[in-house]
Amino acid sequence: MSITTLLAISLGAILTNNFIFAQFLGICPFLGVSKKIDTAVGMGAAVTFVMGLASAFAYLVNQVLVKLGLEYMQTVAFILVIAALVQFVEMFLKKNVPTLYTALGVYLPLITTNCAVLGVALLNVQNNYNFIESVVYGITGGLGFLLAIFLFAAVREQLEFADHPKCFQGFPIALITAGLMALAFMGFSGLKVW
Amino acid sequence: MNVGKQFKEGLITQNPVLVQLLGMCSTMAITTSIKNGLGMGVSVIIILTLSNIFISLLRKIIPNEVRIACYIVVIAGFVTMVQLLLKAFLPDIDKSLGVFIPLIVVNCIILGRAEAFASKNSVGASALDGIFQGIGYTLVLLVMCFFRELLGAGKLLDHQVMPAGYTPAGMLILPVGGFLCLGALIAVMQWALNKAEERKANKAKEAK
Repeated sequence: MSITTLLAISLGAILTNNFIFAQFLGICPFLGVSKKIDTAVGMGAAVTFVMGLASAFAYLVNQVLVKLGLEYMQTVAFILVIAALVQFVEMFLKKNVPTLYTALGVYLPLITTNCAVLGVALLNVQNNYNFIESVVYGITGGLGFLLAIFLFAAVREQLEFADHPKCFQGFPIALITAGLMALAFMGFSGLKVW
Repeated sequence: MNVGKQFKEGLITQNPVLVQLLGMCSTMAITTSIKNGLGMGVSVIIILTLSNIFISLLRKIIPNEVRIACYIVVIAGFVTMVQLLLKAFLPDIDKSLGVFIPLIVVNCIILGRAEAFASKNSVGASALDGIFQGIGYTLVLLVMCFFRELLGAGKLLDHQVMPAGYTPAGMLILPVGGFLCLGALIAVMQWALNKAEERKANKAKEAK
């Protein structure tokens, strides 16, 4: 493993294989919490943190499962690890950053059911990443999510004042906007620096 | 128990994807071919029905504080079961759906129905709810698959249907197509529901 592999993983996770725009992981919070930039960034940061932690813990849990020959329990074990982690983050935020805690509100427990978090744990196993690669992939994947939700929230704040057909109000126009952003992100697909 | 009403809610007025806006990730990600959509849809119907039945059976035993965790464990159990079955008997579909099969665990539709319906209703009603909501989800998947496969690849079920001169709009198969297709579909649904409501209001006016 060299530094270039790690850089390639990071670049892939943030730009070329962005979790939202290329892999469709984590769409629910992406659409749900993107009405305001502040909350969107808070959510993105929380998801990044949980994804990094989840990658590390899921890697360790997977080692144990492989040793015991219980690979088929992966999904169940991972989701339990993630649920426990989210509970922990929630308690931490409630005590130390109460403003962010109230801003995130109902979406914080929802990180448990964010497919990006379980997805990153499963993809790490699928791609045979080692411990450091897993953690890097988790954190940079989270940063990709943060970038996507930040950009989207910035556009969406303007969308409120835009003129569009009545039946497109709300979700449909948001989805179309996200589609156009996905198109823009596709421009990165040929990107190969290392 | 009202079968007709549940049927209509699951398929149209409370459609999980188009009206409740749940389970968007998988809806956009795997709808590139009808085969994928069918595989995913049937898996979800099975898991949703089984988990609804089980959670409804356990609804008086599960303590309120830890209910979400309990639901997730039940759901994860059924998902693992379906995943192993798919791996054994339909390896092609398992390969093309990839990580999205285990991700059914965190599909909001299943947890949403557990929380909103199965935890409050009888076993029979919950089972029906699971089946109808599952069918509603599958229908949306199939509509998306139909348009994306037909226009994006010029094929249906891997058979060429478009004339040879047709240039496929490859964009629709790409992630972009998922966003655009679902956006348009929800817009159509909102338009239809608005129309229906207007008609109802007009009727009420005339009756007066």
